[in-house]
Amino acid sequence: MPWMFPTIWKNLFSRPVTRRYPFKDIREPFPGYRGKIYFDTNKCDLCGDCARVCPAEAIEVDSENKQIKYYPFRCIYCGTCVETCLQGAITQDEHYSPPNTEKIEELYKIEA
Amino acid sequence: MARTVIPFGPQHPVLPEPIQLKLELEDETVVGVMPIIGYIHRGIEKAAELNDFRQNVFICERICGICSFIHALTYCEGAEAMTSVEVPPRARFLRVFWSELSRTHSHLLWLGLLADSMGFESLFMQIWRAREMILDISEMTAGHRIIQSTCIIGGVRRDIDKEMAKEVDKRLLAFKEMLDSTIAPVLLRDPTIKRRAVGKGMLSKEQAELLGAVGPTSRGSGVAIDIRQTGYAAYKEVGFEPVVETAGDSYARTLVRAREVYQCVELMRKALSMMPEGEILVRVDGYPEGEAMSRTEQPRGELIYYFRGNGTNNLERLKIRTPTFANIPTLLVMLPGCEMADVPVITLSIDPCIACTER
Repeated sequence: MPWMFPTIWKNLFSRPVTRRYPFKDIREPFPGYRGKIYFDTNKCDLCGDCARVCPAEAIEVDSENKQIKYYPFRCIYCGTCVETCLQGAITQDEHYSPPNTEKIEELYKIEA
Repeated sequence: MARTVIPFGPQHPVLPEPIQLKLELEDETVVGVMPIIGYIHRGIEKAAELNDFRQNVFICERICGICSFIHALTYCEGAEAMTSVEVPPRARFLRVFWSELSRTHSHLLWLGLLADSMGFESLFMQIWRAREMILDISEMTAGHRIIQSTCIIGGVRRDIDKEMAKEVDKRLLAFKEMLDSTIAPVLLRDPTIKRRAVGKGMLSKEQAELLGAVGPTSRGSGVAIDIRQTGYAAYKEVGFEPVVETAGDSYARTLVRAREVYQCVELMRKALSMMPEGEILVRVDGYPEGEAMSRTEQPRGELIYYFRGNGTNNLERLKIRTPTFANIPTLLVMLPGCEMADVPVITLSIDPCIACTER
């Protein structure tokens, strides 16, 4: 136990390392964090590459009805779709996808 | 004396994952043990046969949350051998960096769990506090704390530029400083840890070899075997010597892992400083055909992947042998003769990763 004394002493006079979430915000993620996925409906040309490479089958491209279905609760946030998209229509945010009480799906109507 | 059979697990406070040990006791002494697995099978080998071979990297990465990068690396090495892809040198060094980062946080997680299994809560908190520093480096360089997802067939997806390498180096030195000042003295000198671990769960060198023990379990018994010696990725260039202890008890296995954490920090710093300039990813054409084996050193020992392809987009067979599967039989030697109260520490000393084992 004597070997813990310096740590105990230091901890007595320092601030807690934990944050009081949700009353206080968590620290900002580092740049390049793989967070939430967004689709740019103006750039998308409905080629379906993203749906083809997605390892979790979280993207469905419906070229007939000109829409994209994205399932955030299937997504593993690997970022493969972002790298694959030739149009640059998929972007990845640096923030976590928020929790939800049900498994939602996001619908994007493509304008082009 | 009458024998009592006590089920230890699958749900037990010291077990991070579900494994059951049927303990046969005579009074307080363990006389027999039967490990039972099968609580967390997920059918990943079959899923890997059904998926595109490029997408399998992500499913293999999720076999184990702790050594995810090394699973991806092993898969990629095998798939690259089958598709005859030459990985760029810079990518090989980056792979060493992330492998060692995974190993560091795995060993720290385990050291924390060991302290927790002894009821040494304050040390457990300190070790996991140090682990946060490593997870921050992971988030900074790879974009995620645990599942790095940076290794793909043909190279790596992210680069570490000079500025970031400098920042990583600074953080690694701060981490080493914290290890030196708060964790290492306790692990090396504290009488509580020694009384709970020294001489407990003995595994001799002959028994380790006979039972096919791998990783720190065998290195704690004096068997100097480490797959990093084969020089996969860039270990040949970085240079590597396995950490060996000869006592063969739980404490020796603890020391192997504690010393490996220091070794990992050195390997990471070396990999970043020796990294050549150039490409990090090459294009992969063609489909896997024929057979291939790939072996790497996970934090728990030797990991083996066997591949069979038939020239299509899907693999015909992917067989994964994880280190815990090789280490579970050693419990049959370590546990008999010990007291019931020592079972948690001895069981933890092989660092069981059951999700890996059952895939």
